[in-house]
Amino acid sequence: MCMCPRPFQGSGFLSPNDLPRRSVSVSVNTLFFASYRELVGASALAVELHDGATVADLVHELRGRGEPFDALPEEPAVAVNQSYAMLDEPLREGDEVAFIPPVAGG
Amino acid sequence: MTESCVCHCRVGADVINPTEVLSRVGSDEDGAALLFVGVVRNHADGRPVSGMRYDAYVDMARRELQSIAEEAAGRLGSDRVAVEHRTGELAIGEVSVAIAVSSPHRAESFDAARYVIEEIKKRLPVWKKEHYQDGSEGWVEGTVPPGTGTSSITVPELKVEG
Repeated sequence: MCMCPRPFQGSGFLSPNDLPRRSVSVSVNTLFFASYRELVGASALAVELHDGATVADLVHELRGRGEPFDALPEEPAVAVNQSYAMLDEPLREGDEVAFIPPVAGG
Repeated sequence: MTESCVCHCRVGADVINPTEVLSRVGSDEDGAALLFVGVVRNHADGRPVSGMRYDAYVDMARRELQSIAEEAAGRLGSDRVAVEHRTGELAIGEVSVAIAVSSPHRAESFDAARYVIEEIKKRLPVWKKEHYQDGSEGWVEGTVPPGTGTSSITVPELKVEG
């Protein structure tokens, strides 16, 4: 099911009219492995996001940069700080977000 | 970080010695010990393969393998689980994974060893690239790990007040 966009998350009684707020941002370290590393041509990348951003926002931000990032899936598997996470997981300053291609161990 | 499990787990480029992995399990209580060994084979979907490269998100793979071993130990009712997984370039016939378990009776060992290899395939952040004999190469098609993507949990219905 499609969720509504949530540009102002978690601040109970604030409405958009309460802006301007200080534009707080978070910086996350993005990792790419295996086929995604080859696709992107890098194994790590620091990305700035708006405060309250989720994994889905990170994916959107990267894919919005165009080639080669737009070749990443719209809904990739990710791990946040080395644990698998859903796309609606909120991100915090310094988080390590790994894009995980379908795994094939063994 | 999980520190509670005493199971032996290793992910890395060192060559695996299956006998050594097996020697890490077993006790006087156990009437069954099992060793599973995964080996690089020389063909894939009818194509001749000359070798394989294993890539891993090593730090996470160590944690995940530890979790898998702990879960298997829970099924086994003991901590006698040892697992090693290779990274790097492997030749045909080289051991990519070794799993050893032991238990008083065989059923629990078969169950636990099977559990470990199946979970490795489902969720260990490891990828392999096959090198084919014709000089080309390709990533092995994998599995999307559980707990990722879009939530499949049902959202509670919103109650409209008033």
